[in-house]
This record gives sequence, C-alpha cells and structure tokens, in this order.
Amino acid sequence: MTFKTVLLGATAAAAFATGAVAQDDKTKVGFIYVGPVGDLGWTYQHDQGRLAVEEEYGDKVETFYVESVPEGPDAERVLTQMALQGADLIFTTSFGFMEATMNVAQKFPDVKFEHATGYQRADNVSTYSARFYEGRAVQGLIAGEMTESNIIGYIGSYPIPEVIRGINAAYIQAKKVNPEVEFRVVWAYTWFDPAKEAEAAKALIDAGADVILQHTDSTAPQAAAQEAGDVITFGQASDMLDYAPKPRVSSIIDNWNQYYIDRVGAVIDGTWESKDTWDGIDAGMVEIGEITDAVPAEVKEAALALKDAIAAGEVHPFTGPLKKQDGSDWLAEGEVADDATLAGMNFYVEGLTGEIPQ
Amino acid sequence: MSNIDPILLLSAIIVVSTPILLAAIGELVVERAGVLNLGVEGMMITGAVCGFVVATATGSPWLGFAGAALGGALLSMVFGILTQLFLSNQVATGLALTLFGLGLSALLGQGYIGVKGPVVPDLYLPGLRDIPFLGPVMFRHDAMVYIALLIVALVWLFLNRTRAGRVLRAVGENHDAAHALGYKVVRLRLAAIAFGGACAGLGGAYLSLVRVPQWTEGMTAGAGWIALAIVVFASWRPGRLVLGAWLFGGATALQLALQASGGVQIPIEYLQMAPYLATILVLVILRAGRAPGSLGRPFHASS
Repeated sequence: MTFKTVLLGATAAAAFATGAVAQDDKTKVGFIYVGPVGDLGWTYQHDQGRLAVEEEYGDKVETFYVESVPEGPDAERVLTQMALQGADLIFTTSFGFMEATMNVAQKFPDVKFEHATGYQRADNVSTYSARFYEGRAVQGLIAGEMTESNIIGYIGSYPIPEVIRGINAAYIQAKKVNPEVEFRVVWAYTWFDPAKEAEAAKALIDAGADVILQHTDSTAPQAAAQEAGDVITFGQASDMLDYAPKPRVSSIIDNWNQYYIDRVGAVIDGTWESKDTWDGIDAGMVEIGEITDAVPAEVKEAALALKDAIAAGEVHPFTGPLKKQDGSDWLAEGEVADDATLAGMNFYVEGLTGEIPQ
Repeated sequence: MSNIDPILLLSAIIVVSTPILLAAIGELVVERAGVLNLGVEGMMITGAVCGFVVATATGSPWLGFAGAALGGALLSMVFGILTQLFLSNQVATGLALTLFGLGLSALLGQGYIGVKGPVVPDLYLPGLRDIPFLGPVMFRHDAMVYIALLIVALVWLFLNRTRAGRVLRAVGENHDAAHALGYKVVRLRLAAIAFGGACAGLGGAYLSLVRVPQWTEGMTAGAGWIALAIVVFASWRPGRLVLGAWLFGGATALQLALQASGGVQIPIEYLQMAPYLATILVLVILRAGRAPGSLGRPFHASS
C-alpha cells in the first residue's frame, strides 16, 4: 500500500465521519484495487467504471477507493475498514481478494460485496467476470496468422483458471489457422511488476517469439516489443493505444462501466440480489480494441468475423473436438464447454507444452 | 535448455542486475559510514520518476540520469536531516522515506503515464564490440551499465585506498572515536547519505529510462529491498556486491529464459525461488565480514 492510499483512506474516513453527522443518504460505494489506478491496464479500467458510476448518479453516490492493496491479510483489513466507514457496496477487483471478501462479508451482512473473477458467493456477495477468453480467441487468430517464427510468447500472471482459459482459447484459435504454431508460456507470478514483465517479454523474444500475448497489467511488455522491433503485441485489459499501430495491433478491453452502473443502481433501488454475472463480447463487457493496419486486411476481416460470430453466439471458442493436454478426451465433435468447467479450468488443451504450476 | 542462447542470456544478466547494483553500491557507502537507510526503494522510485520527467522534458536521457541522481539525493537529505540533525530513529525514518517516496513519485509522475521517453542508445565501442562471445555479452550495452561498474570500482578504491575513505570507514566503525580524533561525523554521514540517494536515483532511472522504459507507478516493485539485502549478504564489500547483483540478476534472467525456452522440466516454483536462494546461498558461504560497528546507532557530539 502506498502512502497515497493511506492518505486517501484517511480522507475517506474523515469524509464519512462528517457524512454520518450530516445524516445524508448517499449510497457509498467502495473499490479495492490490486494495482495503481495509473497502470493503464486492469486497475485503470475498474477505475474508469468507478468514474462512470459517479457520472451516472452524481450526488446520489459517493465512491472511494484504495489502490495497490496486496492480495492477502492487508485486503481484509482494508475491506473491514471500508465496511466500518459505512460503505453500502464494495467492489473487490482481483481474484486474490476472494477469501478476504468472504470473511469480511460474513462479518457485515448488511454490506453488499461484488467480487471480480471469483467463484464463491453468499447472500451479500455477488461475483462477476468477463469472458475474456472470447477476446483471447480473436487474439489467437491474429497471432497465428501473423507469426513468422511460429513461436508465440505468452506472459502469464498466476496459474488460475482465468489465465489458463485465456491461454487455451488463444492457442486453439491460433492452431486452427496455423498448425505449426507453438506457445511458450512464462509465469511471472505478479499482476504488476513492469521490470519483470519487460524481462519476461525480452526472454520470450530472445527465445524466438515474434508475437507476445500478456496477461499481466502493465504496458512494459509493449515497450519491450517495440524496442525489439519486429514483434507484435496486444493490449491487455485496457486499450494501450499508445503502442499502436505496432507493436500493439489490437487489444482486449474490459468495460466494467455498464455493470457497475447497473449494480450500484440496484443498491439504490433496493433490488440488489446476489448473483453471478459472466458477460462477454455480446454484452459489451469485453471489447476488441481497434485492429491496426499492421495486420493484413484479410486477417483483420477474419478476426472481426470471428468476433461477430462469438458475439452472436454462433461460435464458442471452446467447441469440440478437443482433447486435454494428456491426450484424454474432453469435448466431442460439436460439443461446447459448459461454464462450470471453464470457471474451474486447470488443464491445458492438447498441443500446449509445459506444465501448469500447481 | 538446449535452445537458450548463452550470449543473449549473459547479456540479459548484465542489464537485469544494473539497477540493483547501482542502488546497492550507494547503500553500501551509507552503511559503511554507519547509517542504515531503509529508504532505498523510495529513493529509487523517486529517481525513476525524476529521471523520466527530466528526460522527456529535455529529450536527453543523460540529463534525465543527472536529474534522477539529484532527485534521489534531495530525497535522501530528508532522511539525512531527520536522522543526523534531529536524531530520529533510522529504521523508522527509512521506512517512512520509502512510503513517502512511493507517494511522491506517484504524484510527480501523474502527467507522464503512458508517455514515451527518449531512447538511450547503446554505447558504440569499436573493436571491443566485435570480439567473439565477449563482445555481445559485455560491450554492446548502454553507457549506464559501464558507469555503474565504474562507480563500484571507484567506491572500492575510495574505501580501501584513500585517506577520505578510511575516515569514512572509521566513522562507521566507531563514531565516538572518530569524533574524538576531530573528524566531522555528521557532515561525513550526510555526504554519504546524499551519495546513496544519488546512486539509488540512478538505479531507479535505469528502470524507467532503459529497462522498461516508461514511467509506471510503483514500477520498482521491491528492487530497493533486494538492493538492501545484497549489501548485507555481500558483507559490505564492493567486489562481492557485484557478484551478488549478477547472481541475483543471473538467476532471474535464467529462470525466465528457461520458461521461455519451452523444454523446461523443472517445476516453476523452484525457478521462482532460484534468484533468492542462489544469492543468499553463495553470499552466505562467502560471508566473512561483519557489520560496521556503529551501523544504525545515533550519534551526537555530546555523548
């Protein structure tokens, strides 16, 4: 936690102290972030959602946030503090906040919680996530078409289902358009560490990769690819348009705005209920950033066609026949993966090399 | 294993270890003068942002590095004045300096997120760069890599071969005795702290200008703490410091390269641990030195 966040927390505390005296009936919405709001990636997009809520409801809501909260005991402390400060609704925006969210939610049954990318729910805990893998499939297609070395580098954060799903989705699509393609996955064990992400990207480029996909939050891999020259990348979580038209040739954008507006609205109306939301391209929660001219026109067209087909529900990125890495059958011809399997995905599909750390 | 290019790997090691080396050599001088400054991380990140801001404003990475050194030194003076003149607790003040530096850098860098800085060119060393193997590994880097090594060499010379360096060590070993001999303990320590701050600033700027290269909040992500640890494990000796930094950088670069190469059979958890384990292990085996006698103790001329 940075000094700034401590200060912000103190300011927020002061604000609530005075708020309680004034007896105002604003709905108070808290956010805890795993990175800084200036990461231009994951946390940045959540904060955009927070700002959208403020804009939508104006004086009716009050939002506050604490950034760069480590996943673990610190998160529980921050959440407890937020709940004590009178928050009505708290968004916990990282997978690793799951335990802390559940623990604090139990202690404060009147406070509502929304946990991103998790799978544990309670009467006052909802979960929400986006089907990023739909965007990964589109990236996989572009990556498979564009690679010349046939080596695609993938910077993974932690080996959790969300990340593994993305690797699988991208690989399946890349393999479809380019049977020669090979994925190299580097686990960085961090969501946000620009120096480490840059090193991971460089290691992959040194190993021959000419396409880098990332599931970490900073723009450092983009900068590394730009420096290396003939390497393409995709923006992660946020558009990362500063690196367009090359290396960044497209991106997956998480758009939480509408979801946050809806859920805060539900709290204001008193209609909030615990539920699980998992939206994708069709609902606008996952957007594909502009595909630049560095991508050949026909590849761009194919990518957009895939995106539209996924949005329309005609194509599911996990459609059989598919086998697991160990060669066992997973999906039969034409069969589509069910959400439960996807949510807990802990295996690679056939063709991927390397082991998932357990 | 087979598809890792040793030349690329070794050259990556040199680059990866440079920021830690810079920050650590500064802290080494500070600690040899008897002061424990735990604010390395804060001074590094402040250097990172100052360097980036100056470099983008002027278009010159070299002015950026100068700005970073100045920024780090200025911030370290906050620590210096508090601990040396007001005799505040060094551990607490150092920790506070880290928190302060992280917040201050986030504030200073607000307009610079997503901005691209000037490119730092590789130093062109005719002849040397064409030596087989050694050329690409050692002689195709940017100038800061060599400046960092030069600083280490100069620090070694200073501490072991000059009168001023020996005075500095005397102050670190026993400040009362040094004071009795008429040396200006506080003044010397302030100078050492400023040097430490400047080096940490350079290390931070190396991240924001060369290695990443961009400004992102919190981008040092713990490098300052690694630097602090390496100083201790190197038993306060410049030569071992280089070894420690290269070992750490080496294990870090190697584990990423192993993962990227595809055919790794070693579980990734062990690879992740490797940099820390290797560094601790080797430096503990080598360990012979002891901490400067007055390290972390407050000094006042009246005592």
